[in-house]
Order: sequence, then structure tokens, then C-alpha cells
Amino acid sequence: MWLWFSKLGSPRWFYELSSKWLPWLYALMAVLMTVGLFWALLFVPEDYQQGQTIRIMYVHVPVASISLACFPLMAVAGTITLVWKMKLADMVAKCVAPIGAWFTGLALASGAIWGDQIWGTWWAWDARLTSLLIQFFLFIGVIALRSAIESPDNAAKACAVLAIVGAINVPIIKYSVEWWNTLHQPASSFSVDPVAPNPPEVWVPLLVMIAAVYVFFVIALILRTRNEILQRERRSQWVIDLVAREKQV
Amino acid sequence: MSSSPETQVSTWEAFRATLKRDLLIAFKRRNDLLNPVMFFLIVVSLFPLGVSPDPAELTRISAGVVWVSALLASMLSLDNLYRADYEDGSLEQLLLSPQPLYFLVLAKNIAHWLISGLPVVLMSPLLAYMLYLPADAYPVLVLSLLIGTPVLSLFGSIGVALTVGLGSRGLILAVIVLPLTTPVLIIGAKAVSDVMFGLPVTSHFALLGAILAVALSIAPLASAAALRISVN
Repeated sequence: MWLWFSKLGSPRWFYELSSKWLPWLYALMAVLMTVGLFWALLFVPEDYQQGQTIRIMYVHVPVASISLACFPLMAVAGTITLVWKMKLADMVAKCVAPIGAWFTGLALASGAIWGDQIWGTWWAWDARLTSLLIQFFLFIGVIALRSAIESPDNAAKACAVLAIVGAINVPIIKYSVEWWNTLHQPASSFSVDPVAPNPPEVWVPLLVMIAAVYVFFVIALILRTRNEILQRERRSQWVIDLVAREKQV
Repeated sequence: MSSSPETQVSTWEAFRATLKRDLLIAFKRRNDLLNPVMFFLIVVSLFPLGVSPDPAELTRISAGVVWVSALLASMLSLDNLYRADYEDGSLEQLLLSPQPLYFLVLAKNIAHWLISGLPVVLMSPLLAYMLYLPADAYPVLVLSLLIGTPVLSLFGSIGVALTVGLGSRGLILAVIVLPLTTPVLIIGAKAVSDVMFGLPVTSHFALLGAILAVALSIAPLASAAALRISVN
């Protein structure tokens, strides 16, 4: 088991393995995305209240759920960096920060478009929106810290500490914001639980879309990490060989 | 431990020495001592100028304004926390000392709070008066700031420790630290505005106290780890 663990830490091993994974992931994403999008956009019945705009949910919910997963992922990767000094973990931590920020931004944007249709406003200081916004700021903070520190080793450790502190804080922020707002607006109609009151024909395509966007996220993360590996290992022999082979082809 | 018995210093003595040293340095530079309070005063007086001098309107926003200004004042003074020590090398001595870094960092954080947080807390009733906060809300305001501002110092310390070696750190510090402080701001300001509406506020203080307890136990550890990363 430990052999496997130390192997996983080797960027070269990850690079070669992910080359084999990627085609499968592309295929999986293509299938899921096609099925999910067509199903969601064409065949799902209109909502009796929201009409066609219910279809925004099929983008918004997957994106938002992934944006929530990114911060814990970054904290876990940061912990591995601090404890085992694993190079690959830091590369993942570095690459997940901008992706997480993007997904958070997309969740806010798609939520705003949906909100404009349903609530009649682009923005409300609703608990979920606010906590997502603060999470977006936290991502920006991590990215800013990473770019401000010149030494990559120091940047890795500093960002790991910040990611862990932030991850501890995310639930506190979430609860304090929720509690702050529920005092103002009891029985908020915004908290639509998308799964429970709906028939399967509505939530099955949602699950397909969530899976599709998750695969997309994994692909994006792998591609970014591969770039990072090549850049950091550019002086090692295997990368030089790889580039030479690419040039021949 | 390699040092001889007569030169050994207990953790408590090291804690006290660090605290005393930081306070002494601060009192030697009286002008710097005034800056956080002055900043607090100026920021608060900008709000009536920018929003409206109307008492009813100011009363409505007073709790939030005082709290946000206290937050900013605490942020502004954070840089003193490790900066000078980093530049003259005494921070390295602190890291090299055989005492647990947790307590030394805690001592520095407490000193920072005594220098910059406590004066703001003491100043707050005056500013609350200028913003027409109802008089019965004063004790809640002071108490919430008293529990909340140490948390700001403790969280801020992590940010300063992470950025102490950087050239330009003013803005990045705020970007890192401000999102972390939102729970304290929310609960603190909420306590004050709730008491204005005659609502019970004990739960707010319980939550603030819980956050302070967590911050006291975890934040100095994170600061210590961050200092070891920044100074190597």
C-alpha cells in the first residue's frame, strides 16, 4: 500500500497513467454531457411554476456542488503536501484553486441568471449566495498568495496552511451566514430542494448532469496538473525525452 | 535540551518576556500607538459624511459601521505584528528558541491586541454615541468587541505570518484575512443590532465565545507553522 502511495507521489507516474485515463474520461464526458444536456434541455417537462427556466438548474446545481467540493479537496491536498511533502499533491492544490474559483464564479453567475428570472433580481443577500461569494474571496486569497510568493516550495507550504485554515472556516462561515439571514427572512422560498419534491423524470437527468460536470472537472484538473508537471519537471530527463518524441511525430 | 540548567527559561517566563518586550516596544513608539484609534475614529466619521447625517439612518447602520471600522483598524495595525521583528532578525531568534512557538506567538498576539484592539474597544462607545446608537446597546457593543477583536488579531496573525517575507503585502493581507473574519463580523454586528430591537443576545455571545476559544487554540498553531515557512 505504501509503495502505491509513494508511486502516486511521483509526477512522472501520474503523467503516464493519466495519459491512459484521459481518452476514457473524454468518452465518458461526451456521453454523459450529450445525454444529460439533451435530456435536460429538450425532454424534461416544464416546471409548473418556473416554466422553461427550470432548465438552468441543470447547469447551476452541478457547478455549485463542485465548487463546494473544491475547497476541501485543496485542503486535503495541502495537508498531504505539509505532512508527506508530496510534490504531486501540491501541484493538484495549485491547479484546483483557479478551477475552484471559476466554478464558484460560474455558480454565482448561473444563479444570478436564474435568480433574475425567478426572484426578479440578479442578486440577493441570501445565505447561500453570500457564503458562496465569501468562498470565492477565499479562493482569490489563495491564488493571490500563491502568486505573491516567489519560491515554489514556500508558496506550496504557505498555501497549504491557508487552505487548511480556510477549510476549517468554510463551515463556520456557512452557518453564521445562514443564521444571519434566516433571522431576516424566515421561510425563505429560495431554499428549493431540487431533488425531494420532484419526480424522477426531473432529478435523473440532474444526476446525469452532475456526473457529467464532475467528469469535466476531473479532466480539467488532470490537464492543468499535467501542464504543471511538465513545467516543473522540465529539466528532468523523462520530460526532455518526451518532448523529443513529440517533436519527431 | 542542550542548554545548562541555570540558563533554562520556563515556557511561562518566555511567554511573559515576549509579551513585555512587545508592549515595551509599542510604548516606546507612542505615535504608532495612536494610529489604530485615529484610523478607527476617521473611518467612522466618514460614514455620516458619505451616507447621511440623519440620526434615524445613522442609528440603523451604527452597529455595522462600528464593527466594520474596528475590523479595518485591526487589519491596518497587523503589519506591526511580525514585520519589524522579521527585519531586524529577532523573529528568527524567536523561532530558534527552545520554547513552544505556540506560546510565544500567543504572547505576541495578545500584545498586539492590547496595543491595537483594546483601545478601539474603549473608544467604541464614543463613536457609537456619534452615530446615535441607543444607550442601552452600549454594553453589548463593548462586550461583543471585547470578545470579537481578539479573534481578529488571532486570525490576522496567520495572514501576517504567511506574508511577512513578501515585498508588497498590504493588500494581499487584506484579501487573505478579511474573508476569514466574516463570521465574527456577522455575529458581533448582529448582537448589537438585535439588542436595539429588544431581542435576546446571549446566543450571540455564546457563539462569539466559541469562536474565540477555537481561535485561541488553533490560530497560534497555524501562525507558528506559517512563520516557520516564511522564515527559513
